[in-house]
This record gives sequence, structure tokens and C-alpha cells, in this order.
Amino acid sequence: MSEYNFAYLDEQTKRMIRRAILKGLAIPGYQVPFASREMPMPYGWGTGGVQVSAAVLTPEDRFKVIDQGADDTTNAVSIRTFFERTAGVETTTKTTDATVIQTRHRIPEEALTEGQVLVYQVPIPEPLRFLEPRESETRKMHALEEYGLMHVKLYEDISRHGHIATSYAYPVKVEGRYVMDPSPIPKFDNPKLGEMAAIQLFGAGREQRIHALPPYTQVVSLDFEDHPFEATKADHPCGMCGALDSYLDEVITDDAGGRMFVCSDTDYCEGRQAAGFVGEMNHQRAFSVQPLLETEA
Amino acid sequence: MYVAVKGGERAIENAHAWLAEERRGDTNVPDLSVVQIREQLTLAVNRVMAEGSLYDPDLAALAIKQSRGDLIEAIFLIRAYRTTLPRFGASLPVDTGAMSCDRRISATFKDLPGGQVLGPTFDYTHRLLDFKLAAEGDVPAAPTREAELGEVPHVTDFLNREGLIEEAPRQDTPPPDLTREPLEMPAERALRLQALTRSDEGFTLGLAYSTQRGYARNHAFVGELRIGTVPVEMDIPELGFAVEIGEVTLTECETVNQFMGSKSEPPQFTRGYGLVFGQTERKAISMALVDRALRWEELGEENVGAPAQDAEFVLYHADNIQATGFLEHIKLPHYVDFQSELELVRKLRREAGADQVQEAAE
Amino acid sequence: MQAETLSGGFADPATQSAHAFRSVMEAMARPGTIHDISGAAPPAPLSNAAGAVLLTLCDTETPVYLAGEMDCAAVRAWLAFHTGAPVTGPSQCMFAVGTWSALVPLSPYAIGTAEYPDRSATLIVEHPALTASGVTLKGPGIKTSASLSLPDVQAFHDNHTLFPLGLDFILTSGDRLAALPRSTEVQ
Repeated sequence: MSEYNFAYLDEQTKRMIRRAILKGLAIPGYQVPFASREMPMPYGWGTGGVQVSAAVLTPEDRFKVIDQGADDTTNAVSIRTFFERTAGVETTTKTTDATVIQTRHRIPEEALTEGQVLVYQVPIPEPLRFLEPRESETRKMHALEEYGLMHVKLYEDISRHGHIATSYAYPVKVEGRYVMDPSPIPKFDNPKLGEMAAIQLFGAGREQRIHALPPYTQVVSLDFEDHPFEATKADHPCGMCGALDSYLDEVITDDAGGRMFVCSDTDYCEGRQAAGFVGEMNHQRAFSVQPLLETEA
Repeated sequence: MYVAVKGGERAIENAHAWLAEERRGDTNVPDLSVVQIREQLTLAVNRVMAEGSLYDPDLAALAIKQSRGDLIEAIFLIRAYRTTLPRFGASLPVDTGAMSCDRRISATFKDLPGGQVLGPTFDYTHRLLDFKLAAEGDVPAAPTREAELGEVPHVTDFLNREGLIEEAPRQDTPPPDLTREPLEMPAERALRLQALTRSDEGFTLGLAYSTQRGYARNHAFVGELRIGTVPVEMDIPELGFAVEIGEVTLTECETVNQFMGSKSEPPQFTRGYGLVFGQTERKAISMALVDRALRWEELGEENVGAPAQDAEFVLYHADNIQATGFLEHIKLPHYVDFQSELELVRKLRREAGADQVQEAAE
Repeated sequence: MQAETLSGGFADPATQSAHAFRSVMEAMARPGTIHDISGAAPPAPLSNAAGAVLLTLCDTETPVYLAGEMDCAAVRAWLAFHTGAPVTGPSQCMFAVGTWSALVPLSPYAIGTAEYPDRSATLIVEHPALTASGVTLKGPGIKTSASLSLPDVQAFHDNHTLFPLGLDFILTSGDRLAALPRSTEVQ
């Protein structure tokens, strides 16, 4: 696609995004407004993440895209193809080989390292939005560090349900200052946000915001002394690789109540299977040496 | 037996191929040309140009063809193309007083300088299906007469001469541009007008209608509605003067709204304004009504809590490309978040069930 | 027009600015770390590193303050030709470039507002030698602690106390750079 610039965006747009990224890194957790452009994919489908990736990528990068933890979900495929075409970057599905990873809704299971950049697609960057729909009001609340409303909401959950009833996009406080939305990752992933060795960048295209976490930043999930934060997952091992420590998808296997649990991080699961780990429901592995069949989505 | 789903790439390619086939339809029927769309579906082309914020009838027609007539999809194609275009500069403000009008009507005066010109309007057509069109007959030529030369003055200028309508002083500060800077609240009127001229016709119509039905009613009269072409001029620094680079068709609507007054100021009518690319009069009138409703604060009116008065609500939800993208994204997989909700609900139900059992035992 | 005005920019802007940005981003994300940056050959007294930062981040939308000896015909012409950035005073600038002694005092620069702390200046400080020694740095981006040769201590310490407002610094020397965002605690 030679009619477009490297990584699609024009240089002036990239400079504007790069300036926003730097301010985001300098003020961890603060949402920097940026003049998000109209991208050739719909708002809500990763335009913020795509713009951040476009501003960050170099031709030498190895790029990985995941959606729900998987490299093969259709929108991940679509975004990966977009950058293969417009930036000519090498792509990979291996977390450890990637230098830039764009993600929707998950943090890879494998600990990320220095030199890696994790780019999140963010639908609604404002953690207070569902409590106060007005941008002018929430901006003031951040300025005044006025987060009482959030605590009230979480506490109301406890009085109604006995637990904090937020299971994804679970709000965090960054370096004791800004309350931040980590994008709709399951709260299981929240502990990975803090003290991560990689740079984390969050792009919200439609809402025109970028926020960032430098490596080794203190990130605390909001909670109460008597109701401490708990990172939860389905209480099962992975049916394919037997992992006990990974976040699981529930798969319905028949119409008689049959189901199984599988790693949502496909690279992690495949890596474990290749290393010889076998889950209880991995009959292919157990009974044959054939590789996984390819089926149409 | 569970097998991890693969092959997303091929599925996408196949879907695109099928889409292309469906777009073309029955190949025994001649292919629709872009020129035919441009010439015969003009109002669709105009809407795509207006909400796509790009004045190019050929590209708009191409977008309509490519999108199978889904106008929001066509607007999206135009917007995505528009962002990649380099900016050579800004034109001078167009002078709608110098418009050569195809249509010009006023609802406030029976007759006025420049006259009432109905132009090519559906207004008084009887909405009866014209089965002759199905037979592709020729259209008889419409009668013509010499165009009246000279400028057609704005109706609001007549009122202004008497001091009957609020002043709209000339403003030479460059307006903000929401396609280059993030939208920020409170938004000044110029920014609101930019957002409204690009806004979804249906959303704007609904809001305007709501003001007529009492949600921040502002008693609008169409002081004037005009449709026609205006020259576009640009300053060329190397030449030291402005040159005409082309012309655009615009629809302009100025409403004359309920009067205001106080002890210190005598009563005056107020204004609402709509200006939209192409012949797009439903949109231009809607825009003027919503513009007027959004001006409650500067005019010292009461905020009655109507949706059309709420600039944040209107501006953040008027763009159909933002709206449709976010709305449709819920089609994307959400099984990770859903799984976390599932676990939570199961846990809460388990605990609630345990409590109930305990209560029953007591 | 002087030949040096036309030369010394990015020959391949898309990829060279991408590489330069990654150096700047790594530096800003990991305060105290020193990174190579290349691609620019600006006229003196601008260092190659400072020149590359300007090419990567500045354009017609970013007013630049040229402090002290930076404000010379050669630098002005080079900046105008390659970036189009308007030259302005310290209180209006988004970026400032100069030696530490030319850039101080820090009081005129924008430090952002409570609602928009990002609307603050970034100072590109030309520094004779960057070494990972000297004052101790702590904060986001730093695992335990880092060290960096800084031209001052008190000023950076005071800047940090303004957080989340404050200035961000990029320190340049020859072909290398480091950064010191407002979030870094300077001991």
C-alpha cells in the first residue's frame, strides 16, 4: 500500500500522538486528550490502540495482536493484517518474541519484559463515566482528586451483594494519585498492571484520550480493608494444557450441559502443550500426535 | 471434542468476497455507474458530503456505490479518506449573501427583495408513487426564465436594520476545528456549529423536533432558507490576493426565534443558524433549531433540562460514525469480560443460595 | 538560504522519526536511562540529539523557545525549514531548548493546570556529559533507584513537588539522551 505513509498515519498526526504519549508517561494514569483521527476501521474496534501502535512502531518491530487473549480472533486478525500491509512489520503470535503487543481485554500470561510495549484498546477511558456521564464534571473530580463517588459505588455493591460487583475494567489508583480505568481486562489481570517491566500505553480513539503506565509503576486496585481486592478466575485447570494459573474461557461443548475451560491466552496454552503439558480434555494430545486441526471461524 | 478456532483470516477474506458479490447483485442487471449515482441520487450524495465533511460529489457517489447504499457506511468511507488528505490551507469565509440561489423562501414575509423562489422542492408534491418512473421515460424540460442578477439580501438584515433581531457581530478569529483538536467543554458556538453541520441527520432532526414539542421550545420561524452555489476563495500568499478556486452548493437556514428582553434592553428576536453542504434542507433547519436551543445560557434563558439544551449530550452523541462504531463493537467477542461476570454472578448466587438454605433451617 | 539550513534533517522521516521517538519514549518511561538517538545533523550549537528530538516532536503546532545561544540565525532557519515550528518566548512555548543556564529560571514555563496537567512545557536541556551517576532518582519507571548526572538538584526536586503539574525534561548530549519527567523524585 505505497499510497499511504509508513504505518498509515501521516507524520504530523504521529507527532501529535507521540507528544500525547510522552505526557501520558510523565503523568501516569492521567488521560491526555488527543486529536484522534478517523481511521479506516470503526470507532470501538480499536482505533485508539491502532493509532498508538502506529505512532510507536518501527520497521524492525515484531508485532503481536490479541483480542480476548487470542491471536486468531477476527478483529485481531484484521488489525494484524492492517499493519502488515501499511507498516510491513513482521508479526508474531509468540508473546516472548513480540516487541509491540496490541491487546483488547487481556494482559498476556507470560510476564512481559523490558523493551516490550503493551498497547491497550480502550473503549471508555474514564473510570468515573458510569457514575457521572459529564466529561466537564469528571475532569474536575480528577483535578480535585475527588474519588469519593467511586468508593461509594464500590461500597454500595458490598452492601447489596456482599462483594464488590465489578469483575472487569476494575478501577485502579496509580502512584497514589489518579484513578484509572485499565480497559475491560478481567480483574484477574489487575495485579500484572503494577510493577510491569514493559511500557503500557492505553489508546481510546472515539473518546480521544491516551493514558500510560511507565514500567515499575505502583498500581493499586481499589478496595476496602474488610473487603480486599481479589483477582479471580474460573476455579478449574485448563482442559487443554492443564494450567492452574491462567485466565480461562468457558466453552460449551454440547447441548447437554457439557463444558470445558481453556486458557484465554492461546499462545500461553499452545506453548505449554508444546512443552508436553496435557489437560484432562485434550484428547487429541492424549490419543494422537497430529497437530491441531484447522477449522473455519 | 474441542478444537481451538483458527482460520480467522480466511473467514474474513471469504466474507469480503461474498460482500462484493452481494453488492453487485444480479449480474444480468447493468452495473450502476458512479456518474448515475452522482446525477440521480443527488440528495444521498449531498448527505454523504455534508456528514462526511468533504465536498466531492464524485467520491460521495463512489462511496454510496461501494457501501451498497448504506449512507452511514458511505459517510464513514469519506471520513476515513478525508483524514489522509494533506491540508493546503483554509478558504476565506464564504459569503452566502452572494449566493446564486436555486431556492430561497421566507416564512416570515409574504414578499421581499429577491423574491420567493421555490426551486426544485418536494414541498408541494403529492406523495403518490410515480409509476411512470418505473418505465424509465424521458423527463420534459422544466420551464425557465432569465435569472435575476444581483445579490439576494438576507431577511435577517431587514430585521437587523430596525434593531428587531439580536446583533450577530462579525467575528474574524479563526474558528476551532474538532477534526484537529479534541472536543473540549464548554464548546463555543463556532465549534458547536461545526459539530452540528457534520452531525447525523436523523439525530439532529429528532432533537430539533423535540424542541418543537416543548423540550426547550424556542418558537422558530424560518426567517429564510436558501439553497444555491457560492464561490470559494483562497488567499494565495505568493500572489498577495485571493483567487476563486471553485464553488460549492450550500443550504443555509436562518431562524427567527422568540424574543428576549429585559428592563434595560427592549425586546428583540433571536437567531438560530444552520449551514450545510449541498441541498440538505431538512438538516439545515434542524441544525438551526438545535443551535438556538444550545444558546440558552448566553441568552439568559432557563435550562429546563431538555436534551437539546445539553451541549455535552448533543455534541458527544451527534456523530454517527462515532455512534455506529461503538454501537456495533458489541458484536466483537467479549467472552473474557463475560466470563468474569459469569464467575461473579455464580459466586453471588451460590452465596445467596447458601444464605437461603440457612434461613430455612433456622 | 544556507546549505546547512537545508541539510541535517531526516532523510527518511517516517522511519527515522519512529526510531528517534522510541529512544525518547524509552527515556521518558525509564528516567535515568541513557539512549542513543540519531538521524539529525543540525547546525551548532544544537546537538544531534536535541536536533533529532525537535524533528521528531515539533511542527507548526508547537511553539519552541530557543534559549540563550540557541537563538541564532542558523538554528532559527534550520528549525523553520525542517519543522515549521514558530519561535516564541518561554511562557508560550511547548518545547524549549538550550543549556541549563540559558533555560533557567523555570518560573515562566507552563506547568499545566489542575484539569489539564499535560498542557505543560517540555525542556530539552543541552548537557555537556550524560552519565548514570550523581543524584538518585526514584519513582515511576524506575525499578529500585537510578542515578543521573543532572545540572541542578533543587530545581528538579521542586518541580517534582508540583506533581501532577510540572515540567518534563529531556537531557541531550551529543548523540545521546535521557529524560526526567515531573513524576521522578530527585534525592
